Amino acid sequence: MGNPVPQATQFHSTRSVGRILTRALPLVAVLILAACTVPEGYVARDGVNDPFEEQNRKVHAFNKSVDRGVLRPLSRGYDKVVPDEMQVMVNNFAGNLSTPRLVVNNLLQGNVEGALTNTTRFLLNSTIGFAGLVDVGEIAGLDEVDTDFGETLHVWGVSEGYYVETPFRGPSTQRDAVGRIVDLFLNPLPEALSGTQNDIRIGAQVVDVVGDRARFGQTVDSVLYDSADSYAQSRLIYLQSRRFALGRSGEADYDDPYDLGTTDPYDDPYEDPYEE
Amino acid sequence: MKNDVTRRFALSTLAAGAGLAVMGSVVPMPAQAMTQARAKTLVDALVADINDVIASGKSEAAMYVEFERIFARYADVPTIASYALGVDSRRATPAQMREFTTVFQRYISVKYGRRFREFIGGRIEVQEARAVKNFYEVKSLAKLRGQAPFEVTFLVSDRSGKDLFFNLFIEGINMLLTERTEIGAMLDRRGGNIDAMIADLRASA
Repeated sequence: MGNPVPQATQFHSTRSVGRILTRALPLVAVLILAACTVPEGYVARDGVNDPFEEQNRKVHAFNKSVDRGVLRPLSRGYDKVVPDEMQVMVNNFAGNLSTPRLVVNNLLQGNVEGALTNTTRFLLNSTIGFAGLVDVGEIAGLDEVDTDFGETLHVWGVSEGYYVETPFRGPSTQRDAVGRIVDLFLNPLPEALSGTQNDIRIGAQVVDVVGDRARFGQTVDSVLYDSADSYAQSRLIYLQSRRFALGRSGEADYDDPYDLGTTDPYDDPYEDPYEE
Repeated sequence: MKNDVTRRFALSTLAAGAGLAVMGSVVPMPAQAMTQARAKTLVDALVADINDVIASGKSEAAMYVEFERIFARYADVPTIASYALGVDSRRATPAQMREFTTVFQRYISVKYGRRFREFIGGRIEVQEARAVKNFYEVKSLAKLRGQAPFEVTFLVSDRSGKDLFFNLFIEGINMLLTERTEIGAMLDRRGGNIDAMIADLRASA
């Protein structure tokens, strides 16, 4: 379960580019959010207002062809060849390497407890967890406090914007697309690692993308290949899981975690079918 | 369903008696407001049945039969089906609605049964119920091997005449909305032809 949408390769980030972008990013983010001229809105059957639908559908078709041609076959081979235990280790290893990025986001959100949990996990897993191959933290009852810069923006009060499907990475919103770009440069770890170590890190993350596609294989297949309209299904499922995950952080009003508004029927998942 | 026979229940049953007699085989239900406890009782029973199927080790096909039986017993299938059909349910003939509801029941059992099959080795634990709007929300936690527990929420109402669930959320993903999108897309693909959509749906399940 989790993100049902295939994610493709992380971009290789060189340090200098990273530095420049880290400084320029607040500006870039504002420009992306502001410069998108919004076409005439069309509200879909499920209540999603998706003004970029035409463009999004083209990207979706592209992503689907990448999945069909590359990611899905790779993930099937991976699943067949690599034993389950090793798949778990690869997943742990890659996850551990991205933990510093989680800590940065925890702190940016003012979530000190989450930052401490993730830091402890990172220290435990990097040492007695054999460089992250074993998730000692989880065994010790310390579950990862997963987050990203999209959530940081959410905590800072940035609204999600419109739905966008991004090449390779799949479903997103304007806010979360910006978040993904920022996240590429938020991990302090690459600065501390040698060139070879960074190659291993990036390699592990690429393999992990294939591993994720293998792990959630059936779910992704059913959305992408068994739906009557895989674009509309991906959009709906992404938006719902994303809003659910963000609401659960405790920032939102927990009394009604799904009710994020009243005017948009999509925003009222507790819509009463008896009153139609 | 057994309930405390309150004075109000006795009175309302008497009052409804004449009408129910005309309706024939309909089982009389207490007209009293549904309670939190009853909502939880329903989901407890539903989840116990699902857990039994997950633990039974039956074949895939046999499980889908079981899930369909469970769905028919605990869910307000006609309400879910007509919501999934959306505005198009208004132009559907009664015969089309009946057929759609039957086919939809099978389709949804296989689709969600497939998800619940992933729960093999795990189990669902009912948490708590609370009143929301005109109905009840019952939260449960799915605990699967090697995965962080996640939330499965049921919405329960008695407005069909029985205590039944009419929506479920797996990690926030809304069944009613997901199916309205899917059925709508199937209709679009057939230029709005309801019979053709029903035939497609039957073939897919």
